[in-house]
Amino acid sequence: MIVRTLIKRSFYQDSVALMGVARELRGGAGIQEAAALMGTPANRELMEQAGLLTAEAAAAGPNDLVVVVRADSETAADRALARAESLLTERRRRVEAAGRRLPRTLDSARRQLDGANLALISVPGPFAAAEARKALHRGLHVMLFSDNVTLEDEVALKRLAVERGLLLMGPDCGTAYLNGVPLGFANAVPRGRVGLVAASGTGLQQVVSLLAAGGEGVSQAIGVGGRDMSEPVGAAMTLAALDALGGDPGTELVVVVGKPPAPTVRARVEARLRTLGKPVVVAMLGRDVIPGRDGSLHTVTSLEDAAAAALALLARREHRTHSFAGVEDAARRIAERRHALAAGQIAVHGLFAGGTLAYEALLILEPLLGAVGGNLGGSVASPHRILDLGADDLTRGRAHPMLDATLRAEEIARAGKDPDVAVLLVDVVLGHGAAADPAGDIAPALEAAQANARANGRRLAVVASVVGTSADPQGLGRQVARLESAGAWVLASNAQAARAAAGIAGGPRVTEALLGGAAR
Amino acid sequence: MAEIRDLFGLELRVVNVGLESFAAVLDSLGVTVLHVQWVPPAGGDPERARRLALLDDEDGT
Repeated sequence: MIVRTLIKRSFYQDSVALMGVARELRGGAGIQEAAALMGTPANRELMEQAGLLTAEAAAAGPNDLVVVVRADSETAADRALARAESLLTERRRRVEAAGRRLPRTLDSARRQLDGANLALISVPGPFAAAEARKALHRGLHVMLFSDNVTLEDEVALKRLAVERGLLLMGPDCGTAYLNGVPLGFANAVPRGRVGLVAASGTGLQQVVSLLAAGGEGVSQAIGVGGRDMSEPVGAAMTLAALDALGGDPGTELVVVVGKPPAPTVRARVEARLRTLGKPVVVAMLGRDVIPGRDGSLHTVTSLEDAAAAALALLARREHRTHSFAGVEDAARRIAERRHALAAGQIAVHGLFAGGTLAYEALLILEPLLGAVGGNLGGSVASPHRILDLGADDLTRGRAHPMLDATLRAEEIARAGKDPDVAVLLVDVVLGHGAAADPAGDIAPALEAAQANARANGRRLAVVASVVGTSADPQGLGRQVARLESAGAWVLASNAQAARAAAGIAGGPRVTEALLGGAAR
Repeated sequence: MAEIRDLFGLELRVVNVGLESFAAVLDSLGVTVLHVQWVPPAGGDPERARRLALLDDEDGT
């Protein structure tokens, strides 16, 4: 076994670009493992854990690019490093060949770009607040995609933004749409009458994709970051965004997506929602949320219902919730899969790329199956498990599962070997910014897990949903077809997929609760 | 004072600081975007960078 290092001094590359390089190197013949990272202390620690921290890597500084490969032979290692060198040089040449002299700072960018009005900031967390502050001081609205921004910085940035009448979307704002432009991880959706305020990126993606499926589009969608409705932040950006949408003639209806506000913030948010002068669909997902109408507020308990309620309100018809788009078909498919299970296969394992999709699934499974374990809250003893694979502690030093399926493929393999597991529940998120073929990235692992279960006398059910539209670069139809060819049952929404999973793993009581008469 | 709503009537003109792929997407959609060739300030030391940023004057240039 050979470990080789390439250091490029003062050669900064962003994490997505480096992920592409590492991925390509890993695919090389005779390569066991490869890392391409900036030499920050956190990244050096990761390399150490992976057994890749060579002496040269250990001595690298934060602005030095480090490539380390572990290979079967010297030839393979040399070939990989030469490949890395040429990929990186190629990238730099491409940027320089673009003809424009790219600015190196926000200030020079502002001088070059007349009328700049938005800064999209996705630099590493420890540097992000400073860039956002600079942008706000210069009168730019900000979408702060970066995570790992302190709560203290968030409070200060939002105070500054509100003072100046500017947006500070985020931190950790994955998705937004302004004036029809998709920002960050965003699906291709039409413009329309629905304005959204969202504390959750994938939650927003699910709602706008389902709106698009129903023929409706987005006027504006403002991301506020997951902590906006906490007590310290006081819903600063939610309130500002609601004011803006309330006064926007292009917005006929507002949807709010997130979790319930902190108790001290709730009254202020509710008062603003009631006085908006427009119907509001409230999809603040939580355990004690009771659906129903109260004046202009329509509270729902799933992302799917948020879209359905918005569509119904705009069409001036009554909104009815349903378990499945086609109850008879769902009943049949649940029964087929349930009967194929071996004794002892009782558990649902949900492996999610989308954090809010994971949480929504948890909220749907709990009342049907009882306690659910995983990484979304307290540790409970339960055969069922929901993992949010995009959680901070799982993405340190590696790309988000919406970009890199490695971690999820490992978890799928593990679930396939577990004799308790009856159902694998997965989400696939499409859109600009996401992987080129996310269904194709996990399909081989899904096929292998089912084959492994079959070889051991079990049948593993795979239930999936795809968040996306036919206009997305990956194509909704193609992604659904890929999952189906890998043996997955693909439902129209994450909520329906979670219910289907519960129906397969749960007993007759669960199917009865979900399907009523159709279960018999 | 400026209002957020004012932005809704304008053509979006984006300065991208960070992931180059975001600029590439916007560019492919015909959105005006300028990518900043950002490198971590202060030699990549977050604490020093933070202190430097505090010297940033309010009005900018």
